[in-house]
Amino acid sequence: MTDTPLPESPAVTREPQTAGAGIVAKPSGRKRTDVRAAIMFLAPNLLGFAVFTLLPVLFSLGAAFTDWDLTRPGKTHFTGLSNLRHLLADGNFWVYFANTIYLMLGLPIAIACSLGLALLLHREVRGVVVYRTVLYLPSFTAGVALMLLWQALFNPDIGPINAMLRGLFGQSFPVPQWLGSMSNLLGLEPERLHVAGKYFGIGAREAILLMGIWTVAGGNTMLLYVAALGNVPAELIEAAKLDGAGPWQRFRNVTWPQLAPTTFFVVVMGVIGGLQGGFEQARVLTAGGPAGTTTTLSYYIYTVAFERFEVGYASAVSWVMFLIIFGFAMVYWKVGNRETAI
Amino acid sequence: MTPARTTAGKARRMLAAVLTHGLLLLLAALTLGPFLWMIVTSFKSLAEVDRTSSLPAVWQWRNYGQVFREIAFARYYFNSVLVALWVTFLQCVTSSLAAFAFARLKWRGRDSVFKLYLATMMIPGVVTMIPNYALMVKLHLLDSYAGLIVPAAFGAFGTFLLRQFMIGIHPALDESAAIDGAGPWTTYSQIILPLVKPGLATLAIFTFLGTYTSFFWPLVMIKSDHLRTLPIGMLYFDSVYGKQTNLLMAASVMNVVPLIIVFAIAQKQLVRGIQLGAVKG
Repeated sequence: MTDTPLPESPAVTREPQTAGAGIVAKPSGRKRTDVRAAIMFLAPNLLGFAVFTLLPVLFSLGAAFTDWDLTRPGKTHFTGLSNLRHLLADGNFWVYFANTIYLMLGLPIAIACSLGLALLLHREVRGVVVYRTVLYLPSFTAGVALMLLWQALFNPDIGPINAMLRGLFGQSFPVPQWLGSMSNLLGLEPERLHVAGKYFGIGAREAILLMGIWTVAGGNTMLLYVAALGNVPAELIEAAKLDGAGPWQRFRNVTWPQLAPTTFFVVVMGVIGGLQGGFEQARVLTAGGPAGTTTTLSYYIYTVAFERFEVGYASAVSWVMFLIIFGFAMVYWKVGNRETAI
Repeated sequence: MTPARTTAGKARRMLAAVLTHGLLLLLAALTLGPFLWMIVTSFKSLAEVDRTSSLPAVWQWRNYGQVFREIAFARYYFNSVLVALWVTFLQCVTSSLAAFAFARLKWRGRDSVFKLYLATMMIPGVVTMIPNYALMVKLHLLDSYAGLIVPAAFGAFGTFLLRQFMIGIHPALDESAAIDGAGPWTTYSQIILPLVKPGLATLAIFTFLGTYTSFFWPLVMIKSDHLRTLPIGMLYFDSVYGKQTNLLMAASVMNVVPLIIVFAIAQKQLVRGIQLGAVKG
């Protein structure tokens, strides 16, 4: 299990693995196996998994090659790769893919924030539990209620964020329109993959990024880093200190490499989550707008299936998304295995 | 070490502590700010919300009662808790059974099957959503409690989490039970299950939390008002009374408070569970 390329936390892989795992591999004197019992114990979970995950996945793969449309019942045809061709030519798909990636730019920032918070909490300060509880609160209570809260905070006219900006920079300060604006830091045009000067600024995507960072910075990633920091051998740090390494050098050359498994884990999980993310924000806050600027792949799939009823095409898009995630995971697990093997 | 250097070291440590606390206090304030704004706004009159005044002149406690009159908020509460309790119960049962097979029983290919099963956690929800929706239509479970509960009652995550707890138990325990003539079922129910109570508690909290806040599946499944869960009810409230920010915030406060209570009770368990099992995201 030590070389497992699976989503386990580093804290877990460091746990001593007990004898159980070895017995199957090398036949010991005992021949007792519990195949029949194992089937009985696995049955409830695996049956449910088969019905609600495995078969749907296969069914969806089949549907991806059809023109299944809920508005034309009984008129479904096998159409081969035409959905895929449609998708490659579908400008919307690429724009929404770019939106998804754009909203994932919050990931490295959030991870850096989590690490920073963990480093602060790791020091022996009084009231660590209180700080940790407070910082963890947003990720624990995340959901529609907090999104509606942020919707009110971002209100360009009467929201407190712009009130503060006006207070700081004067009443005539050009406050951002937040969720109502197509502007963005890259100057991307809406509905196109072009950059145009008049779209530079702060808009809906930045609002969603800010909300996301606030929500997750003190969340599970922070807790994982706190645990990982506790596992860095104190001798290593002391040795570096004796060699005259300053705090930054100690962090860069001792602590950071020791955190690599945790960083690897949170990046992989973050990217997998990010590629299928953005649905809730789009559905609750922006309806994917303005002008499609906050429509991510998952929200696009939802609208194609449940608003346009083009279920075949939606299945194809969802499978392409799945393959992107799968490909990413494969590459990273390969790389991760090589790195941890050294 | 000379006394002078020790004093300098002490002073530096003091400074570091002050800086750390200062930074943590600032970050805590940034975290809590939105929550405080939510609470204060929930007690304002609508006119005060528009004037961005800092505190309400009169604290409008009736905003909270108003939420219950405007929408079936109590019903949404009830639905959310009912569905979450059912899913939690079923998840604990199916996951602990499967985890037992993966952690304590011996069979060929066990660990390969487990890895494969774990890898399925990567399957995006939107891929299975459409076929599951069609399945629910076929089974006449659209717009029903069962349609919310049953598909959520299985999965690799709970199995993974409980396996992590079970695999840490010494193998001598079930071997000696086997010598005493205990079958797998007795070993599971009498020996292993009591020992993984902390794991079950962790899974229960995660599952409850995840179901209580789940949005995607209830959104496509539920059409009737009396079956709406809290997140769907909040969305409806926003679409109908979205201009009444004070009422919306009162509803949000009531949405979040049970979570904070759960967190306060279960904090230790949770932190340990996250660090041991690693949660998605």
